[in-house]
Amino acid sequence: MTRSTALAWARATVVVAIVALLEILCRTGIIKPLTLVPPSQMFADLYHLLVAGEITDDIIQTFLEVGTAFAISGVAGFALGALVHALPRLRQALDPLLAAWYAIPLFVFYPLLVALFGLTILPLIAIGVGFATPAMMIATLTGLDRVPPVLRRVARMHRLSPLTTIWRVILPSAAPYLFGGLKLSFAYAFIGVIAGEFILSGGGLGYGIAYAYESFENHKMYALMLFVLLLAVGVNAVLQGLESHIARKRSRQ
Amino acid sequence: MSAPAPHASLRGVTRIYPGKSPVHALGPLDLDLQRGEFFSVVGPSGCGKSTLLDVLAGLNPPSAGTVSFEGKPVTSVPDGVGVVFQEDASFPWLTVADNVAFGLRRAGVDAAEIARRVDYAVGFMGLAAFAGAYPAQLSGGMRQRVCIARTLVMQPRLILLDEPFGALDQQTRLLMGDELLRLWRETGATVLLITHALDEAAMLSDRVGVMSARPGCFIDLVDTGWDRDRDSRIVSDPSFGALTGRLWGSLRQESMRAIGRG
Repeated sequence: MTRSTALAWARATVVVAIVALLEILCRTGIIKPLTLVPPSQMFADLYHLLVAGEITDDIIQTFLEVGTAFAISGVAGFALGALVHALPRLRQALDPLLAAWYAIPLFVFYPLLVALFGLTILPLIAIGVGFATPAMMIATLTGLDRVPPVLRRVARMHRLSPLTTIWRVILPSAAPYLFGGLKLSFAYAFIGVIAGEFILSGGGLGYGIAYAYESFENHKMYALMLFVLLLAVGVNAVLQGLESHIARKRSRQ
Repeated sequence: MSAPAPHASLRGVTRIYPGKSPVHALGPLDLDLQRGEFFSVVGPSGCGKSTLLDVLAGLNPPSAGTVSFEGKPVTSVPDGVGVVFQEDASFPWLTVADNVAFGLRRAGVDAAEIARRVDYAVGFMGLAAFAGAYPAQLSGGMRQRVCIARTLVMQPRLILLDEPFGALDQQTRLLMGDELLRLWRETGATVLLITHALDEAAMLSDRVGVMSARPGCFIDLVDTGWDRDRDSRIVSDPSFGALTGRLWGSLRQESMRAIGRG
């Protein structure tokens, strides 16, 4: 068994053990049913919700919001990062703002966004973009900073045009950082959208959880929470796998 | 009979880096490189050796003076010039074969010709068994050989090397020196090597230029008198010690100046 396979097994064992422990605590009544539904029940409830199509609209809305916010932040974060990298004076001015960005509770602007865009999906996308874009910007700046100057000299030696240099040398060199930025952007867009739906929305998975909570629909609430958890872990695992694939080529094996 | 025209030449070349306190890095200096010659440059740290290489490669324009290659003025990197840098300049996201093929692909050479030239260069540098490997899987010496192969495959007529073996241990450097001499003999290219190692310069070169402390100028030009088919075994030749001694004799005072003790 390789080291990575052994680690994967160890991780899976820990997760299964925690779920089994929760199951026992719930089934024996140590944890009250009003506090937590047994995990097996959560899976069963989620299955029924999915089969009945009861949460299909919420899933579509959240996917649309997260996908749009992720796409905008990926493109805008990269473009802004590249622009700021090319303009050192602008960078000097923006650096403190970027560093302090995640200290600002963006949700305080949510009422303003609702006033601007109405109670549509736009404020939620805006919150997602606001959360995710700086992560992509910072990753782009770091990636471009880390391109070894000698590689730019190699590009000049081969008399590459500026566009070919960017496409063939700079972007591949910065790729691991850019990919890391995309991974973070997705996580931030997801958090921003779900949290926004909690506060003020007429649909989406976050709204569904909040509505079920207020209606004392414990089974639905936990099923939705499980879905959000599985979704976040699943997407992250896929992105992590792609990131590891890129990193493997560049590290000693 | 008139002397043959130099393959590359610098005339009255000066390089001053502008700024609040301008740095006079190089010159004024003159240099003629004859076609097929192996010329090394030694000098104290910070004397402008790498600036000299950049100016000759067209990577850094001179502040004054003229640079020419094959009779034409150099204003950007000319066709037929290849540079090997001191740092690891291999592309970590490409295999050895793709690294070596990089310049040929960008130049639009057809696939069959690329395959032929890459096979030859990879084999020549002893990397055939690693053609599909990534640089991270190779040692520092092998990565530098990838960079040399990437330059060699472009069939340059003038090869500029900026301390290419600086990060390698002594044994590997001697062996890499042999590889470089073999490459030089087989291609017939003109070679300019920047090095801080006097033994390396003495072993590899037809001529060695000794530079002064900054601003760098040539204070001595030494003909080594070696045969063209030499290799690293000449380090045991009695005249090798005398040659290294002469280079150090020229360089010692300048090195003292460079560290503020002159």
